[in-house]
Amino acid sequence: MGPDFWKEAEEILIQADVGVKTSTSLIAELKDQSKKQKLTSSQELVTSLKENLKKVLSASERDLNAKGNPAVWIFVGVNGVGKTTSIGKLAFWQKSLGTQVVMAAGDTFRAAAAEQLEKWAEECNSILIRGGEGADPSSVIFDAIQHAHSASIPLVLADTAGRLHTKTNLMEELSKIERVASKGSGTVTEILLTLDATTGQNGLEQAKKFAAAVDVTGIILTKLDGSSRGGIIFAIQEEIGIPVKFVGIGESSQDLIQFDPDDFVEALFDFQLEN
Amino acid sequence: MFDTLTDRLGDIFGRLKSKGRLSESQINDVLDEVRIALLEADVNLEVAKDFQENVLSRCLEAEIHKALNPAQQVIKSVNEELISILGGESLTISFAEKPPTIVLLAGLQGVGKTTNAVKLAKWFKSQGRNPLLVGADLQRPAAVEQLRTLAETINVPVFSQNDDPVAVASQGIEQARQTGRDVVICDTAGRLTIDEKMMQEIREISDAIEPHYTFLVVDAMTGQDAVNIAESFHNQLSLDAMILTKLDGDARGGAALSAKSVVGKPIAFASVGENIDDFEQFHPDRLASRILGMGDVLTLIEKAEDAFDEEETKRATQKLISGQFTLEDFLDQMQQLKKMGPLENIVGMMPDLPPGADPSDVDESRLVRMEAIITSMTSEERNSPAIIDGSRRSRIAKGSGTSVQEVSLLLKQFKEIKRMMKGSVKPRKKNKRKGSNKRKKSKPSSRVKQKSQLDDLDSGTTGEFDLSEFGTFSN
Repeated sequence: MGPDFWKEAEEILIQADVGVKTSTSLIAELKDQSKKQKLTSSQELVTSLKENLKKVLSASERDLNAKGNPAVWIFVGVNGVGKTTSIGKLAFWQKSLGTQVVMAAGDTFRAAAAEQLEKWAEECNSILIRGGEGADPSSVIFDAIQHAHSASIPLVLADTAGRLHTKTNLMEELSKIERVASKGSGTVTEILLTLDATTGQNGLEQAKKFAAAVDVTGIILTKLDGSSRGGIIFAIQEEIGIPVKFVGIGESSQDLIQFDPDDFVEALFDFQLEN
Repeated sequence: MFDTLTDRLGDIFGRLKSKGRLSESQINDVLDEVRIALLEADVNLEVAKDFQENVLSRCLEAEIHKALNPAQQVIKSVNEELISILGGESLTISFAEKPPTIVLLAGLQGVGKTTNAVKLAKWFKSQGRNPLLVGADLQRPAAVEQLRTLAETINVPVFSQNDDPVAVASQGIEQARQTGRDVVICDTAGRLTIDEKMMQEIREISDAIEPHYTFLVVDAMTGQDAVNIAESFHNQLSLDAMILTKLDGDARGGAALSAKSVVGKPIAFASVGENIDDFEQFHPDRLASRILGMGDVLTLIEKAEDAFDEEETKRATQKLISGQFTLEDFLDQMQQLKKMGPLENIVGMMPDLPPGADPSDVDESRLVRMEAIITSMTSEERNSPAIIDGSRRSRIAKGSGTSVQEVSLLLKQFKEIKRMMKGSVKPRKKNKRKGSNKRKKSKPSSRVKQKSQLDDLDSGTTGEFDLSEFGTFSN
């Protein structure tokens, strides 16, 4: 294969936000393979590359743990990524499975954040536990857990305020939220980092810092219905080992699907090759 | 893999020997590393490539800077080009003759339009205006509530109603006219550029209200897609400016370069936090060094430019030529050199190294000892070294932790240099010093033509001197 092929392949990855370092190493791996396995056609190579990418994404388990009385899922992430909307969608999904949820309005900072979650709660007939403005997020979430426990509701979905991972005090607040929640009568079984698919390389930094503050168990990759490909998830999987569990593909209640590595990789190439 | 541009460039700086102008391929070596840095900063691939081409032309045309090594000159050009693209014309808001002045905000979901609508309102208030906020985001639950809650804190009214966004926007303008508000800021729903229906909607809003200013709100952490996003919105709406948000994070912000490159309109404001006050004018130079991720290399360049201040160097050289250069002056020069950090780093920055002189061979300790010797002298001794007799030499040696021989050697060498530099005396090829058995191995071929400064000053001077007389760079 001529140098053009390798360059173009690398560019496809870079343009999908896979990142220079990861793209370079993926192409190096592919070059190696092409020699060893004597791959000659670009088709064979693209297939191999796709396989390698799928393998990366399949490294971790993607199951959701909903065992607890109640199980508690906490949603974290930087500002504007879609935490609240994702909670709304998940509540709908759980309801469709016959599982009741309690929503916790743990974003006590942003104007009308609780009101936003309230609208979702109304839509799917779920209980919302909220505090006053400026209330302590840990207490709101704790209260929600205790309420769910006494009402035998199996799942609590806890919203938190968007926060930049560079803000130490806010990250400490998040650690406290996890600690306090763990002291409740339920079990914190998932801490889901919500990540915007339009995010570039900073997504890796976000994942690192959030994972350092709380026990992140999975990622919800949002806004994948846009033109961004969310390629940063490869580096996140490789360097931190956190799998994507859900994908958001729109703003309405049905627009949440479970992550499938095969579909994701195929779509990445289809999209990039088209453009 | 190197983490920072500084690390990668350090390698290149080491490899490139200063030989006057860099060749095109050498410049590209540096630019290749810069391109990688840009990609890691989320600058769009095509934008990064174009940038490299443009900077290459700029570099090939640039004047050689006396204090910088050519590789660092490339970086300086890169930084300048970045600032020029990111900056350029700033936005001046001219208010409509017939109020209200209408501002429309557009962008993807979650970028910060609603928060910045309020920030803008506050800004307009500070300009003595009476803004009205229009809540035309009827898509996201409680978006209008958010706008109202925030606006209340700055006493700005909000107009909205339960209708379609186009109608709300139009009614909002009408409301402003009726209530004497002279600025309208219209918040809209976040939308994907590939959502035809939504892009059509924002177009309709724009057509209905005919904004004087349309701002694209861009999240600083946006990746490669920034260029497509900006282009789509620009094609649909004809943007006037951009607001870059969430700059208080650590995203490098390359999206701004991508967006700016394709839209060509100013980045008017920077949002640097969640509070309404966290709103400021955009600083292109700050973002440039953030994108490059090389604050410390730029500092080194600045230091070099400072330390080797042309005027200062001219003065010192003039003194040398006229024979007035004293040990005090020499100490000054050495201390200026020290300000710039470890010698190995800065030797690479020296414009003209003697051929054969390898930066890695620099014996910093020797200069340190020389400095110690001179520092142990009195002011009188520095200005008139002829008075330094045996007992003074002993004292100086003790004080500097060196030996009498080293002190004597320094004085001899200094005297020789002074003599050589004075007037138009040509350097002698043979070493005529007596008792210089401590002298290190010399490289007779290591002559350096110290052009420019000396040529400037005195046309009679040959400007040639043999650095090896002063001891070589190697041990």
